Amino acid sequence: MPIITVENLTRKFGNITAVDSISFDIEKGSIFGFLGPNGAGKTTTINILCTLLSPTSGRASIDGHDCMKESSVVRKSIGIVFQDNTLDKELTAYENLLFHSYLYNVPKNEREKRIDDALNFVGLYERKSEPVKRFSGGMKRRLEVARAIIHQPKVLFLDEPTLGLDPQSRTNLWEFISGLPKKQDVTIFMTTHYMEEAEICNKIAIIDKGKIIVQGSPDELKKMVGGDVIYLKTNDNAKAVDEIKKALDLNAEEKNGEIFISVSKGDACIPKIINTLADMVISVRLQRPTLNDVFLKLTGKSIRPEAISGGDELKESIRSYRKKFERG
Amino acid sequence: MVSTRYDLNAIYVIVAREFIKFVRERGRLISTLARPLLWLFLVGGGISRMVSPDIGIPYMQFIFPGIIGMTILFSSIFSSISIICDKEFGFMKEMLVAPVSRFSIVIGKALSGTVVSTIQALIIVLLFPVIGLKLGIMQIMFILCISIILSFCLSALGILIATFYENLESFSVIMNFIVMPMFFLSGAMYPVKLLPHILSFLTKINPLTYGIDALKYMIFPEKKLLTHDFPLSLDIAVIVIASAVFVSIAAMVFERRK
Repeated sequence: MPIITVENLTRKFGNITAVDSISFDIEKGSIFGFLGPNGAGKTTTINILCTLLSPTSGRASIDGHDCMKESSVVRKSIGIVFQDNTLDKELTAYENLLFHSYLYNVPKNEREKRIDDALNFVGLYERKSEPVKRFSGGMKRRLEVARAIIHQPKVLFLDEPTLGLDPQSRTNLWEFISGLPKKQDVTIFMTTHYMEEAEICNKIAIIDKGKIIVQGSPDELKKMVGGDVIYLKTNDNAKAVDEIKKALDLNAEEKNGEIFISVSKGDACIPKIINTLADMVISVRLQRPTLNDVFLKLTGKSIRPEAISGGDELKESIRSYRKKFERG
Repeated sequence: MVSTRYDLNAIYVIVAREFIKFVRERGRLISTLARPLLWLFLVGGGISRMVSPDIGIPYMQFIFPGIIGMTILFSSIFSSISIICDKEFGFMKEMLVAPVSRFSIVIGKALSGTVVSTIQALIIVLLFPVIGLKLGIMQIMFILCISIILSFCLSALGILIATFYENLESFSVIMNFIVMPMFFLSGAMYPVKLLPHILSFLTKINPLTYGIDALKYMIFPEKKLLTHDFPLSLDIAVIVIASAVFVSIAAMVFERRK
């Protein structure tokens, strides 16, 4: 049984439809990636699932509980790392976690242990008594993850968890997140616009302009844009092409002094090719389709934030609407 | 619907957070205490050379209840306005997604303001010998009680104000158009009775007026002529009812889902 079910969910801000009749299921213990450019409707969806926003129409439920009607049950079973930092920077790491454990009614005799465990888990135990304002961006993010798992949620929401982090912190955080479902027995719902980060997901849904345009596993999605391509350089290209066609029955062609071979599983093919060609090979290069290629193919544009100016405008207007609504 | 254990924990921890921050930020304590001290000694001290109220007490003593009220007004409102900071810096979301009722968040914030501003009021009250006043221990206890309910009332009002603002730029608007007029139209600096009709109406819808009136009653028990304007029971009733109204409206505004 899926732990998150979303059916025909729609949310309008004025006459802008931020989320347009989306539906998906998320299996327990999996990592679900919600991908799309800025302003596609990712945060709006998260806000609805987190009970912060009510949908215009449609339904969303977590662990069998409706996000609207049973919001307090839902709140107990979710942990959230928001896009913007939500730590109290004047308080220490420990105090931030203590505050959280009171809010979520963590039993008194378990508080200390769970806080220590969570801090150890994210590698911040040594700095528990330091005010958060002295932490780097990556440390703050990790502390937020630690805070979000203290009450042992069933679902962990991560909204652009690596936004604004340097490449190294991003890699670290990513390794850390991919280990979470097993270690903490939690299902992860995350959004990102870095396509390469979504490789660790079990399932991906790509959203653009409020609509889900495709969903499936990363491999399934990549198959949509074709297989891998192997590029070869040899000391006798013509002979090599013949050999490959004869011995391996692969479609090889020579172009610009390079041989390129389209295959379905490139990594498994390389050893065979090298065995066949023996000493002729000078270099090998494998190019795999990326999720960005998938997005490019489906929408006709790249997902890179800098390539999308319209998205930013949309995001801006949704933000201002959101503010208006928040104010009441 | 409301699970008590969660809500009591939430109220406790919200107050504890504010208290910790209050103790840590000594600058905030000093600056909020500086204002009433400047008014008491520089404004009060100066004006008392020029004016002498015909009720037999120096002007500096006359404004003492008003200065206590001022301390409570500023520290309560500013404590509640931390809600705007919480919104701006994101911490509010941490509270809003927690499994606690909006009502307990409002109560928690109102009580935080109450604690912080009662402490500051008490510091000012204890200056009474410096300006030549004589207060008994019972009087001080009563002043403390009034300070507590007035602090709660004004903190709740502050929360209500804060729910309508999103960012810190609104600070000066709140300051100039709500807090300062509330202070001047409260009978802190002059008796409400002496004001023209329109202004006198404004003082009557100002909860601070009743708080200061009650403080005057406590501080000058024997000089009733020009000092206090309403019966003590009315003062207390207005403060309590206003608190309840502010808290309920604030909770309603918070509760309304977008």
